[in-house]
Amino acid sequence: MDNIAIELRGIDKSFGPVHANKNINLKVRKGTIHGIIGENGAGKSTLMSILYGFYQADSGEILVDGKAVSIRDPNAAIAAGIGMVHQHFMLVENFTVLENIMLGAEDSQILNKGIAKARVELKRLEREYALEVDPDAVIEELPVGLQQRVEILKALYRRADILILDEPTGVLTPAEADHLFRVLEQLKSQGKTVILITHKLREIMAITDEVSVMRRGEMVATRTTAETSVEELAELMVGRRVLLRVEKGEARPGEVKLAVEGLTVKDGRGVTMVDNVSFNLKAGEIVGIAGVAGNGQSELLEAISGIRRAVSGSVHLNGKPIEVTGRADPSDLRNRGLAHVPEDRHHVGLVLKFEECENAILGYHHDKRYLNGVFLNVDAIRKDAEKRIAEYDIRPPNPRLKTANFSGGNQQKIVLAREMERGPDVLIIGQPTRGVDVGAIEFIHRRIIEMRDQGMAVLLVSVELDEIRALSDRILVMFAGRVVGERGPDATEGELGLLMAGVEGRKEAAE
Amino acid sequence: MSTPYAKLPGWAEYGLIPLVNLAVAFLVAGLVVLLVGENPLEAAYHLINGAFGRGEYLGFTLYYATTFIFTGLAVAVAFHAGLFNIGGEGQAYVGGIGVALACLWLDQTMPWFVVFPLAILGSAFFGAAWAFLPGWLQAKRGSHIVITTIMFNFIASSLMVYLLTRVLKPLGSMSPQTRTFAEGGQLPKLDWLLAIFGLDIGTAPFNVSFLLALVAAFCVWLLIWRTKLGYEMRTMGHSPSAARYAGMSESRITVITMMISGALAGMMALNPIMGEQGRMQLDFVQGAGFVGIAVALMGRSHPAGIIPAAVLFGMLYQGGAEISFEMPSISRDMIVIIQGLVILFAGALENMFRPAIARLFAMQSRRSAVVAQTKGA
Repeated sequence: MDNIAIELRGIDKSFGPVHANKNINLKVRKGTIHGIIGENGAGKSTLMSILYGFYQADSGEILVDGKAVSIRDPNAAIAAGIGMVHQHFMLVENFTVLENIMLGAEDSQILNKGIAKARVELKRLEREYALEVDPDAVIEELPVGLQQRVEILKALYRRADILILDEPTGVLTPAEADHLFRVLEQLKSQGKTVILITHKLREIMAITDEVSVMRRGEMVATRTTAETSVEELAELMVGRRVLLRVEKGEARPGEVKLAVEGLTVKDGRGVTMVDNVSFNLKAGEIVGIAGVAGNGQSELLEAISGIRRAVSGSVHLNGKPIEVTGRADPSDLRNRGLAHVPEDRHHVGLVLKFEECENAILGYHHDKRYLNGVFLNVDAIRKDAEKRIAEYDIRPPNPRLKTANFSGGNQQKIVLAREMERGPDVLIIGQPTRGVDVGAIEFIHRRIIEMRDQGMAVLLVSVELDEIRALSDRILVMFAGRVVGERGPDATEGELGLLMAGVEGRKEAAE
Repeated sequence: MSTPYAKLPGWAEYGLIPLVNLAVAFLVAGLVVLLVGENPLEAAYHLINGAFGRGEYLGFTLYYATTFIFTGLAVAVAFHAGLFNIGGEGQAYVGGIGVALACLWLDQTMPWFVVFPLAILGSAFFGAAWAFLPGWLQAKRGSHIVITTIMFNFIASSLMVYLLTRVLKPLGSMSPQTRTFAEGGQLPKLDWLLAIFGLDIGTAPFNVSFLLALVAAFCVWLLIWRTKLGYEMRTMGHSPSAARYAGMSESRITVITMMISGALAGMMALNPIMGEQGRMQLDFVQGAGFVGIAVALMGRSHPAGIIPAAVLFGMLYQGGAEISFEMPSISRDMIVIIQGLVILFAGALENMFRPAIARLFAMQSRRSAVVAQTKGA
């Protein structure tokens, strides 16, 4: 009994009619890495938020080291020895590492004493867990991998014995992820308990000792990792068998549809985000752009689709130039056969407060069939939306429902349906399956392949390397704004990972 | 998890919550009345009776409501595009020029129904023009619309003082106002409308611009929810990045929206100038532009909400005047406090009671689900 670090008994939580956690029971053994997987909306984040004191459970109890505790707020969680590493870092960007670590644990009103103490303690933690980081570096100048390390140090500094990591590898390169896993192993060997929340099955298999699966607010199973398989876990998550690999035939590339030449894009601060990028995209092929988030992929997509102005370079669509450095107009590009599924569907691709049918015409609202003069033809818009809903199996099938009330996968289907169904020549897609459940991923991937087979040219940007490898016919790797290499679909993960980290690329560029 | 509170049924969202907020505002106002040493129930009686008790009172209430419908709609239209137009006051003031010009030009030769359409166009034109500049500055120069519209209120005020003391004032007159219009410059009252309900309008200036306000409310609904422009405005209001993605021109929408907003505010001038005074006076707007902000907030920027909210504020104006008349220790400032409380609870603290009400509904639905289950078994 006494080797249980955390026990949850009958945790129940509702948000109005949404029953996010149903009678959850969970035991996490001390000194283990315990994975929690589940689709988006399965209730993982809610459960962890309850554990960390962001929400209160409606009923049920939490036991830490066998003793019932009441966790009213994050301070109580910290007092109980629970630390959390958030998916989106909670760091003050223009503070140093040391200042961030001390924040909220300053000990006294006069900082000097605290700083000296914190520096000593930080050194000890670094040695003990092999978590080197310069205490005087400013956060915004550190790569994400190190920022995450600061988050972990922050929790350890507060004497956390139990660490919760929420989707920790989303922002990391494969190499950084490997390093994180070594750190977690180290923590485990020091007797700490780690709870790892993820939707990536491979990570679960690679590092956890035990794994619990959540589905629709319920804890459906707990397995010893060594005795389970990826297939079994996927089936438990979705509740049915899923195809993890997409079937696809040979690509038959045709003429060049999109030609990018020497494209350079700067952001608002004048920092070069896309640096002299050139490539071609042909009809009937999928070109994948791999890279760690923030290496210029987003800006590249925005420049091509006319949302962001480029500094120099040219882009030709069907042989005719797009004024990427001037007044490229997204609506004009849509008419010319360029469709764009943006990376951020919540803020860009959709208006979450709109009804589903209103989003189904976003960007295509000039289309004559949706208009009666200056008025919207509401009947036509709703009928059209109903048709799409049926074709793309969007659920619930209600064109008048607010878009925010659809799940991530169904929201993405709304965007895809809108962009794909007019049969564009070129489709550019950013993060097609970010925050999308496994069942919908399968559907979306199949649809993208179908579009390719019908002769569409597809430019795909994703931070999920598996996705890039599964779908692409050619893979371009971006690092620090430049294309550092091109590989075929059979490139290994290690090879791409090195390119993504900018290691191989520098050599290649030098040669 | 993205919505912290459960969705409420429509009637609770748009009916119950505003009513609860209003009730709390009046309760607190009642406490203030107690503090002054007066009987809050008596004050409440005078408020309600003073606003609705007689045909004449109702006429005044609706006269004020007319004004607030226009300014409320003006603020709401801008809200939908994510713009906060605080300049309704100035736009309405300048809009008065359009009304006055039409009246001064034609009042002696034409009947009101010829002058009225011209005055509508004039007021809308001048109001729109006054809102165009802040809109253009926002769109092209990035000057924040909240700042510029406030500053334009002051400029409007100075401009109107100049015009009313130097240009539009008849020679030899000592008061800063235009001459009184002849019959063609005065709008007929809606006495027949009240007469249908057996009420006598008395001296109340309730006039045909009320009907225009209702038409304007319907047109705003059409604009926002049924036109392409309205769709673009709402897209920009909810998500500027989505609007950019969809290829909508931010600066074009900003300028057009501000002009529509300004036109609506300008049309407010018809009510006091042609409907009541029969001339343009100094400061005829009397803060209606600012009340419009509260009306739009309370009416959730929807015409169907703005009309009742405008009537509520009309009631506060008219009934409030009645209270201070009947109960001398309650001054007009008290009425301003009550209005402030309504704005506070219905606008700023709009979400205060929502979690509790949402919880009640969730409990209710769970209980009924249990009942249904046990019945099923």
